[in-house]
Amino acid sequence: MKQFRRMTYPYIVWALILIVAPMLLIVLYAFTTKGNDVVTTKFTLENFVKFFSDPLFLKVLLRSLKVAAITTVACLLLGYFPAYYIARSSEKFKMRWVLIITFPTWINLLVRTYAWTGILQDDGIINTMLGWIGLGPYEMMYTEFAVIVGMIYNFLPFMVLQIYTSLTKMDGSLLEAANDLGANKFQSFLRVTLPLSLPGIISGITLVFLPAVSSFCIPNMLGGGQYMLVGNMIEQYFQSAGDWNFGSAISLIMAIIIIFSMYLTKKVDVTERGEADA
Amino acid sequence: MKPKKRVFGTVLMILVVIFLYAPIVYTVIFSFNDSKSLTKFAGFSTRWYTKMANDRDMKDAIYYTFVVAVLATIISTIIGTLTAIGLSKSNKILRSCVEQVNELPMMNPDIVTGIGLLMFFSALHVDKGFATLLLAHIMFCIPYVILSIMPKLRSLDPNLAEAAMDLGATPMRALVKVIVPQIMPGIISGALIAFTMSFDDFVISYFATGNGVKNISIIVYTMRMRVNPSINALSTVVIALLTIGLILYNVFSAVVARRREREEKRLREQAE
Repeated sequence: MKQFRRMTYPYIVWALILIVAPMLLIVLYAFTTKGNDVVTTKFTLENFVKFFSDPLFLKVLLRSLKVAAITTVACLLLGYFPAYYIARSSEKFKMRWVLIITFPTWINLLVRTYAWTGILQDDGIINTMLGWIGLGPYEMMYTEFAVIVGMIYNFLPFMVLQIYTSLTKMDGSLLEAANDLGANKFQSFLRVTLPLSLPGIISGITLVFLPAVSSFCIPNMLGGGQYMLVGNMIEQYFQSAGDWNFGSAISLIMAIIIIFSMYLTKKVDVTERGEADA
Repeated sequence: MKPKKRVFGTVLMILVVIFLYAPIVYTVIFSFNDSKSLTKFAGFSTRWYTKMANDRDMKDAIYYTFVVAVLATIISTIIGTLTAIGLSKSNKILRSCVEQVNELPMMNPDIVTGIGLLMFFSALHVDKGFATLLLAHIMFCIPYVILSIMPKLRSLDPNLAEAAMDLGATPMRALVKVIVPQIMPGIISGALIAFTMSFDDFVISYFATGNGVKNISIIVYTMRMRVNPSINALSTVVIALLTIGLILYNVFSAVVARRREREEKRLREQAE
């Protein structure tokens, strides 16, 4: 089988060049400052000091985390019921529902996000409908609200699918057992269904939170040019400000936060499962 | 379930479907709007489609999106398949190393992968454009192809290729005639994932391209600030293509499943 083993070598070289080298470049740039060329590289923490000593940068970082957290919680609240409903429907309808929920995610993210610009306008369909019942018009376009709506819209299907998958794996006889032992519908949901769908909830949270933290096209298209999240800040340092070193430092900070939060969710997942087994 | 509860559930599901589909329907309707407004419908017209057809940038974007997606799918599927087969015969350490490296583009936020490539290409003084865009797409597609083939290889009997070679097949022939047909479902789903990933990508493309080479996502992004209903026309084209593609895929898999069923039935009858 040695002949087959050799087939991995081209990809190993490829991966070292196109995956590993760019990541190392980010680290290299993050710990150096502008004007340093590769020959006289001097490592410094200047970029990180600059980031953490300026309240403006910290404000943007906190805002990104806040927006991502709101989006995640909203997706969880809005997504749990549809997932539950689909998991409870008959086999024939299950696949149809899954197709209905996933179809929008196949459409280009930019196209999906652009679609909201007309809807959220001051004289758009939402404000027109609110006007019929005597409300508004509210200014929605280019606000944080629009950004969060856009994110929920784009990421909700991921949450639904994850929870749905964990719910279908659930053994239905457990609910019957809970019922036989005298639990009412609410109790059996709280004590049986919810804990068993926890793995789905956790992978749903990661699938929503991570893209929400780093997104830069949704805040830019729906929040306007002035509205900044971490992703927009990184984009600006690369595309217009031209300070790649500081931009790299910000992306490194963001990547570390994301890896840390994934580690935390994984840990929660493991301990919860351990307790459930015990 | 009580009927009252079922009604409540159905109403909620209808609301979810409206939330998910209203923007899509809205885009399609306003692509046929006779006026420039994104909020008032002034009558039916196809002027934005004519405008799109005469817009060089938009036509180029559609062309580049397709060419890059097709090339990236073919190349990443071939490299990914060969690598996955090789990995399944390699030792554990090498396999887990490659799997770890593959996790990087899958787990990292796209923007981090994108700026990494941007700096990498400029460090090598490569002119960004079609070639760098294609390289970037192949780069982020291969890990998904490998990921979808690996489970199929794990359930494959390792003695089969061995037997083919004992019977005189060259390794190449054993690969094409024995291994590949058995992992075909994994290869096909890997190729489909690669195509959709490439077709929909924005962030990595945005940083990896240059010299006026733009895909559909980048065109929508750069045109977003001006009111331009031909974006709706372009979006409608994307939505229509996707719908047709999904319908064809479903019809095709239904036909394949039915044919297999019939074949099995015939074989069973013959056996009896």
